[in-house]
Amino acid sequence: MARTPDGPPPAPPVQRLRVRHAKRGRLRFASHRDFQRALERALRRANVPIAYSAGFTRHPKVSYAGAAPTGTASEAEYLELALTERWDPDRLRAVLDAALPPGLDVLDVVEAATPGFAERLQASVWDIALPELPAGTVAAAAAAFLERPVIEVQRLTKNGMRTFDARAAVVRLELRPRAEPADGAGCAILRLVVRHVMPAVRPDDVLSGLRQVADLAPPAPPVVTRLAQGLLDELTGEVADPLAPDRCAGPATGRDAHPDQSDGTVISASARP
Amino acid sequence: MPAESLFPRLEPLLPFVQKPIQYVGGELNATVKPWDDADVRWCLMYPDAYEVGLPNQGVMILYEILNEQPGVLAERTYSVWPDLEALMREHDVPQFTVDAHRPVGAFDVLGVSFSTELGYTNLLTALDLAGIPLLARDRGDDHPLVIAGGHAAFNPEPIADFLDAAVLGDGEQIVLAITETIRGWKGKGRPGGRDGLLALLAAGGGVYVPRFYDVEYLPDGRIRRVAPNRPGVPFRVAKHTVMELDQWPYPKQPLVPIAESVHERMSVEIFRGCTRGCRFCQAGMITRPVRERSITGIGEMVEKGLAATGFEEVGLLSLSSADHSEIGDIAKGLADRYEGNNTSLSLPSTRVDAFNVTLANELTRGGRRSGLTFAPEGGSERIRRVINKMVSEDDLIRTVTTAYSHGWRQVKLYFMCGLPTETDDDVVQIATLAKKVIQAGRDATGARDIRCTVSIGGFVPKPHTPFQWAAQLDHATTDARLAKLRDAIRGDRAYGRAIGFRYHDGKPGIIEGLLSRGDRRVGAVIRAVWDDGGRFDGWSEHFSFDRWAACAGKALADEPVDLSWYTTRERDYAEVLPWDHLDSGLDRDWLWEDWRDALSEVEVDDCRWSPCFDCGVCPQMGTEIEIGPTGKKLLPLTVRTSNGA
Repeated sequence: MARTPDGPPPAPPVQRLRVRHAKRGRLRFASHRDFQRALERALRRANVPIAYSAGFTRHPKVSYAGAAPTGTASEAEYLELALTERWDPDRLRAVLDAALPPGLDVLDVVEAATPGFAERLQASVWDIALPELPAGTVAAAAAAFLERPVIEVQRLTKNGMRTFDARAAVVRLELRPRAEPADGAGCAILRLVVRHVMPAVRPDDVLSGLRQVADLAPPAPPVVTRLAQGLLDELTGEVADPLAPDRCAGPATGRDAHPDQSDGTVISASARP
Repeated sequence: MPAESLFPRLEPLLPFVQKPIQYVGGELNATVKPWDDADVRWCLMYPDAYEVGLPNQGVMILYEILNEQPGVLAERTYSVWPDLEALMREHDVPQFTVDAHRPVGAFDVLGVSFSTELGYTNLLTALDLAGIPLLARDRGDDHPLVIAGGHAAFNPEPIADFLDAAVLGDGEQIVLAITETIRGWKGKGRPGGRDGLLALLAAGGGVYVPRFYDVEYLPDGRIRRVAPNRPGVPFRVAKHTVMELDQWPYPKQPLVPIAESVHERMSVEIFRGCTRGCRFCQAGMITRPVRERSITGIGEMVEKGLAATGFEEVGLLSLSSADHSEIGDIAKGLADRYEGNNTSLSLPSTRVDAFNVTLANELTRGGRRSGLTFAPEGGSERIRRVINKMVSEDDLIRTVTTAYSHGWRQVKLYFMCGLPTETDDDVVQIATLAKKVIQAGRDATGARDIRCTVSIGGFVPKPHTPFQWAAQLDHATTDARLAKLRDAIRGDRAYGRAIGFRYHDGKPGIIEGLLSRGDRRVGAVIRAVWDDGGRFDGWSEHFSFDRWAACAGKALADEPVDLSWYTTRERDYAEVLPWDHLDSGLDRDWLWEDWRDALSEVEVDDCRWSPCFDCGVCPQMGTEIEIGPTGKKLLPLTVRTSNGA
């Protein structure tokens, strides 16, 4: 009596597109599940020929990579879509961006041309804006943090309170140069480069560490933004565009569409607006 | 009051609360209009958590209808959870709308939709956070009018002191009429102030203004009479009925939240009203007559709604969706249209017959057949005659046999406990029925892994139903009866493990009963509970029976009435009921006869397929039954998807 799904199996994927998107403003309060639902509905509204899994409960084939925590903004979230028809990456970028709510913005789309995308997301660059804190205090706290070999912090996880080292994963932690405008007065901004390790060290873990080693206690909630993810250059602490290898190997249209982002562009130092 | 966005003040609080996304707005299809372009501004509230309130069809429909009007602006607000409430009080952030984060106190009208009475304490929280005085009589000309709607507004007396007005029935047209009245009154320089506006609204008989009515009591606590206390106010206030549903295809642009909500689907109301005549069912009594949306109107709403939302599931809503005169063609037509499109269809219907299973099969052509729900409501044939739920045991067994043999693995059965004239035996018979259901499934499939879940809750008598005079069963007896049923199910070795048992204890039902059939004196109880911290009474983790009982004891100490007087006491024909001056169209004498018929176990037919039985609604309200068949079919849609690059 066990039934099997009627009808033909779903169409197989013929193309994979890698997407970089942002989570901005008030939409930074969306959880990863919230984002997934919004994306899947946007794909349906935009009639994107997304591939579906087989079986009774069919799921659109979307692979997500390490989402920024709820409450943090991001300029560098990544996912991969499997399509049943070939689409021009720029067309997908425009169509999907229009279908997603403002604040969930599609920044870049390339056709997958290389394996091992998830492994390329080795590290993240974060900005941590600390309102109402003097730059000097923040710089001193960052220096104190880096001096320590190990900083044990605690975080409440699904499996209860967990204790782990927040120091080893941190590659860089420094005050962002003041040259960059429009940050608002009286707001120090920390630039953090952190390796993706298990358990993940998140900006709030680094803030816990700063509180521990230097008594740094922000009077207002910090505003945290991920600027980049990608391959980590261990020597320089720079993080490289993880889509660059695909752009390099991919069809000419993809490369022409992004003349400003040839392979190997280092984006950790150039914060995007 | 200024109406700048409160978001800059709210945002720093959000990292410290659960699910902050629910407070940021930005839903797909939400509307934000410039404040100064509108001369009438509505704030619509669903007094529960965002995840429950957002999918509410009533609010969504009125939001869209109002925003379509030039010069009118509508925004939404929902109950904030206690964690944010505490922070808002600490940081002096008032109740806000999620659309443009404007202060609720700055609007002309706060319209609150009550599906259930358990939202009353949440109304008080919202008023207090908004800076609106809790008591209507303390409000000034600059405070919003607080207007209640929804099913609970058919007896708004327990919250009468907190309301400026209440509206009964369908809201589509009356919100526009209220808007025009407010616009005219503002245009003329607000003659008579707040009272002047309320007098204008009350004069037509379509808006109930509690303060224009005095309630007098007899020494024993019963109501002596309810009468207008000023000229120009009618003795009775009537409900509103929208005809020709095809003319009102709302919501056209359903809201799609970013946060998760309790209904992750696009809903289309396929008809309004129900005349099955189940005597316990307030919704079926107060929404008469039946008005169908046409098959083609439904097809169009589904198509446009899916395009506007991207939802994967469509729900065909009504009080008993299998009763639409063309439901077979609707189900087949939609299933054909969306086959292979990864769009699923659902039809909330609990009708106990084979046709219902056929429909469910159609809607799950390629999909999983997990569970089907049927609602016999009563365990014995006798009690089902009392409640006018005309289902025989043979009907039920035939129906579940069909379901199991078509691959459905689990059947859910809904029942009530505490129905008038009910004995322990009526309820314990549910166990016998459930065993027969399992046996029928085993016989039909030859398999042992047949499941059936019995779900049972306490019956709460509601205003404007034949049971409005009935005594509610006290919670101790309800709980004892449910325990007997549980033992009868669990104690059986052959079937016990195949039968799931879910029940709600009797205590929350007693408070719902107090709020459902209460009068204005109950307002003091609600106030006392709220003062004591009562919030989110529809949520078991927040509800406290002891708090309600203690507050009722205190607040009613000087009255000749108490909690049990409102709940477990049977009323007689002559007693003035708190809602008698509110006209649902149902003839009081017909309701009384139907109540007596219930006690004599006499059934009544459905007027859609038998002669009118004179419930009174159509002649009183100037309405008539609007049903098909239209004879039309749903044609295949032209190819609409995904022709690539």
